[in-house]
Amino acid sequence: MPDSTGYPDLDAMLPRLTAVARLGSDALAAEIIAVLGRKNGAITLALKSVPSRPPEERKAYGAAVNQLKARFEEAFALRGETLEAERRASEQAGVDLTMPARHRWIGAEHPVTRVVDEIVEIFRGLGFSVAVGPEVETDWYNFTALNFPADHPAMDMHDTLYLDAPPIAGEQGGRLLLRTHTSPVQIRTLLESPPPVRVVIPGMVYRNDPFDPSHAPAFSQIEGLAVDEGISFVDLKATLVHFAHRFFTPTTKVRFRPSFFPFTEPSAEMDVECQLCHGTGCPACKGTGWMEILGCGMVHPAVFEHTGVDAERYTGWAFGMGPHRITMLRYGIPDIRLLYDGDMRFLEQFVAGRNA
Amino acid sequence: MNVSRRWLEDFLRRPLEPRDLAERLTMLGAPVDSVQPLHADLSDVLVGLVEEVRPHPNADRLRLCVVNQGASERRNVVCGASNVTAGHKYPFAPVGATLPGGLQIEERKLRGETSQGMLCSARELGLGQDGEGIWELQTDAAPGTRLLDALPIADHRLVIDVGPNRPDLLGHKGIARELSASYGAPFRLPAIPSPVLTDVPPARRVGNTTEVGGVRAGIEDPEGCPRLLGAVLRGVKVGPSPAWLTYRLEAVGVRSINNVVDATNYVMLELNQPMHAYDIAKLQGSSVIARRARAGELVMTLDGIVRKVTPEMTVIADAEGPIGIAGVMGSAGSEVGADTVDVFLECAYFNPTLVRRTRRALGLSTEASYRFERGIDRWGGAEALRRCIEIISATAGGELVAAPVDLGPGPANPPRIFLRPARVNHVLGIELPWHAVESYLVAVGATLVPKPDDGRIAVEAPSWRPDLTREIDLVEEVARLHGYQNFPAELRPFRSSVLPDAAIERITSEVRQGLTRQGLIEVLPLPMAPADGKESVPLANPLSSTEGYLRRRLLPGLVRLVEGNWAKHVADVRLFEIGTIFIAGPSGERPREERHVAAVLTGRREPPHWTGSGEARIDLWDLKGQFEAAVGLAVPGGVVQVEGSGWIAQDSRGRTVGQAGPIEADALPWAAPLFGFELVVDPAPRLPARFAPLPSTPSSERVLALLLVEGTSVRQVEELLRRVGGSLLESVVIESDYRAPELPAGTRSVAFRLSFRAPDRTLRDAEVDAVEARMLAALSGELGIQRRDGGGPAGGE
Repeated sequence: MPDSTGYPDLDAMLPRLTAVARLGSDALAAEIIAVLGRKNGAITLALKSVPSRPPEERKAYGAAVNQLKARFEEAFALRGETLEAERRASEQAGVDLTMPARHRWIGAEHPVTRVVDEIVEIFRGLGFSVAVGPEVETDWYNFTALNFPADHPAMDMHDTLYLDAPPIAGEQGGRLLLRTHTSPVQIRTLLESPPPVRVVIPGMVYRNDPFDPSHAPAFSQIEGLAVDEGISFVDLKATLVHFAHRFFTPTTKVRFRPSFFPFTEPSAEMDVECQLCHGTGCPACKGTGWMEILGCGMVHPAVFEHTGVDAERYTGWAFGMGPHRITMLRYGIPDIRLLYDGDMRFLEQFVAGRNA
Repeated sequence: MNVSRRWLEDFLRRPLEPRDLAERLTMLGAPVDSVQPLHADLSDVLVGLVEEVRPHPNADRLRLCVVNQGASERRNVVCGASNVTAGHKYPFAPVGATLPGGLQIEERKLRGETSQGMLCSARELGLGQDGEGIWELQTDAAPGTRLLDALPIADHRLVIDVGPNRPDLLGHKGIARELSASYGAPFRLPAIPSPVLTDVPPARRVGNTTEVGGVRAGIEDPEGCPRLLGAVLRGVKVGPSPAWLTYRLEAVGVRSINNVVDATNYVMLELNQPMHAYDIAKLQGSSVIARRARAGELVMTLDGIVRKVTPEMTVIADAEGPIGIAGVMGSAGSEVGADTVDVFLECAYFNPTLVRRTRRALGLSTEASYRFERGIDRWGGAEALRRCIEIISATAGGELVAAPVDLGPGPANPPRIFLRPARVNHVLGIELPWHAVESYLVAVGATLVPKPDDGRIAVEAPSWRPDLTREIDLVEEVARLHGYQNFPAELRPFRSSVLPDAAIERITSEVRQGLTRQGLIEVLPLPMAPADGKESVPLANPLSSTEGYLRRRLLPGLVRLVEGNWAKHVADVRLFEIGTIFIAGPSGERPREERHVAAVLTGRREPPHWTGSGEARIDLWDLKGQFEAAVGLAVPGGVVQVEGSGWIAQDSRGRTVGQAGPIEADALPWAAPLFGFELVVDPAPRLPARFAPLPSTPSSERVLALLLVEGTSVRQVEELLRRVGGSLLESVVIESDYRAPELPAGTRSVAFRLSFRAPDRTLRDAEVDAVEARMLAALSGELGIQRRDGGGPAGGE
């Protein structure tokens, strides 16, 4: 289609449109006024002339003017941008490129969340799925079903926060409390899903421990549970060593030593080589060269008995670890309270890309 | 539990290297928290033989001594103590030595005489309270021998973290037993130095009440005190303990009191049998009875506090009343003191559960209660009592007037645990030969009886291991003694989980990622809060009275974090949290738990920059944007509606599930306005995004500058435009909101940019014009809205 508006007076302006691309900065400003100026701009005048046209022509003529106006506007804008870019380029030689960049606010996950996600991801790769459970539990789920004897010193390891509420009736009831570990979700999982079971359970747990540099009344925990036929202590050790090598480094030394939990037997504590001194001994590892990472063990037959799982046919293993503590070890955070304070100066240290 | 290396060496009769010892115990399940060298600060001190003592020519109270410090070297020492005697040995600190506390010994002149060292008192060496005079050494060591080599005081204290299942490790003997298995070497009780009584007759088994040496002993509460052994020693001489006993106790951090009390403490630390010695002269009616306390009875315990005991508690009583709280603490009134002549030794087994309840009720935890509530060796009392008698007779003299007595039922057949050898390997995942299993079980003290009929092994667990009650307990012992380090770490085939992931976790993760993309930073504050309405859930034992409830909302906690940032002069704060809130349910039901997401925003919209960009403050529209984004993430099908001075979110069923708006807070004068929102995270599964074909036809744009009258909202206009525009109207964008005096009173001018498109053809202007005309007619007719300008086409693509 030939470049024509169909109106001679408008066509006369077309060369000016082509010329825009060659205008300098001052000339451009003058031409904008000459074409689009409110009073005497050529286009403005053309629009004003619409009512004086023959009636059958007015509408089409008006449309043609508007179209031309839009083409001029576009051309002016394009030329303006080009000139601005040229100006900047020419100024470049004189610009101090060491001046600070312009950034945007960047969001971040909490460092503990990041650690939890990493741990969960490793276990997903080992065939685990994710389960969760309530944070308010009954005595039965939190203690009884997990083989904690009543009135036993083992209870001293779990200083419990109780709700000021009447107890829940029924066999699985008892006093209401804030769960002291994620292990009640083992019970819930086994009650709901027959083996094979392979789950990791992240969540918050609670203790009646006042804040100090290494204790908090609420913190995160990740529980793991694998129950199937033929699962043995070797599977436990192998899987957790594999985890430690993925989470830390493939050469990180790992050791298992006997421990005690009412709901596992044999029970173990897994230590990894201190990530700060790499085994030579430092204040962080109390000179031992080791850091305690998780507790684990073979699921105690009493847990199977409480959940109706055939303890002869099935065996299983479980572990529990504290992402808050692991976060502190990993990032060298000296005081756990920093993880709760919401101090922007602390949290912004963990923006992705800033702390590789 | 504090353990002395030397004490263990005496059990095992071999030198033990402290690091190796700690490593072995840790790998056996008794982790060593610390290893502390004792008296290492005495390494400069020597045994000095004083060969000559002369008066000081210029001072009456000083003496000149010639000290032989070995290798025939003699030193002149000026000494102020009156007890120094020629021919005796004393601790000698030569010139250059450093004493505990940092005192450096230098050569100096005292009243004109040169002194080349210092003879020391026990107190100066940190070895007791005796500061009167120089410490005379009873040693055969040659002059010049290091004091640490001459006396058994160089030791290591190991602090062991003993688990609640292993009461047997609360005594040196139990630890020696473990080490004996680890080293493959025998162990036996250390000999008592200079024994006097070596043939203590065996305890006489009696019923529940008896008389021994003139004291009536009895059990009236067989539940609380199933076993009580007693012995009477008459004519003891209470006094300071000999050095060997003092060193033993001090090595594990126990202060020496006197030879009788020290003997009972020694036995507790060695054999894990707490004991108590009563002064018979102070017993009313010469009786020692284990019974329940009677209502209203009081005991003044050894710590000088008068305590009320209740019928749930077992006490030891004489004819008058309680003289001790069973398993917890003795009374001040019957204590052994300097003038005690006759003692009754009590050696009991108290019910662990009752001791635990008692000490919790009294808030009084002691070395004894710690051991009883974990369960001591029920049949270990006879050995402990005999040993205690031997030590007292060696250190305090006295006469055992009658054979000790043993009250309570005699031993029954120990319970048997049936072990299937195949099960051991099944659980452990390795092939252990039977002889290895057997040797591990024997090492912990179990007795094995094979049952030929079914291949099982009947195992009798030792009485000091109350934790061994079922087959799996024996499996653990085998694994423990085999050594966890000796299991392979080979990944074997497994069946993958078939359970789906918990939906709420996946959704939480999506919401979290979405909000971090929005530039927000995640926090994880504590969920305890002050009361927040009737539905707050109260805690029975809160850590702080100001935060005695579980939170019902997340926002108040986030506002506190903003205030914390303000207090640290941090002005730009953009925080969010995804966490659980708790709502009280009907009585007798659990509280409801809900996962919420909340955020707070204040300060600059962008980081400050020297060009001046980033100075704008976060405002309501930033909040609305964050809120809409969060609703999109957390509430499928959710919509945002105006409510008051902010917004609410409604889910697809019209329920309110969140709010957003400006927030009042304790703001500092320079702080920017604070905004926030809170929203329920809907656990319903999300539908995946659906592909929409990309447009292949051009769009047609129109700009409508409309005069909105007071009380008409942009949303109303937009809804009308969409209704009239139908499927041809692709999008509506607000370009400006303009208020000015030249506009008609009570109106504002809002410019709507409309984009029209038909998926299958290029729209003709006439078609768009017709839609636009219908829109204008409807706006005028329904909302009284007129166009501000003449209008016209706004250019196409």
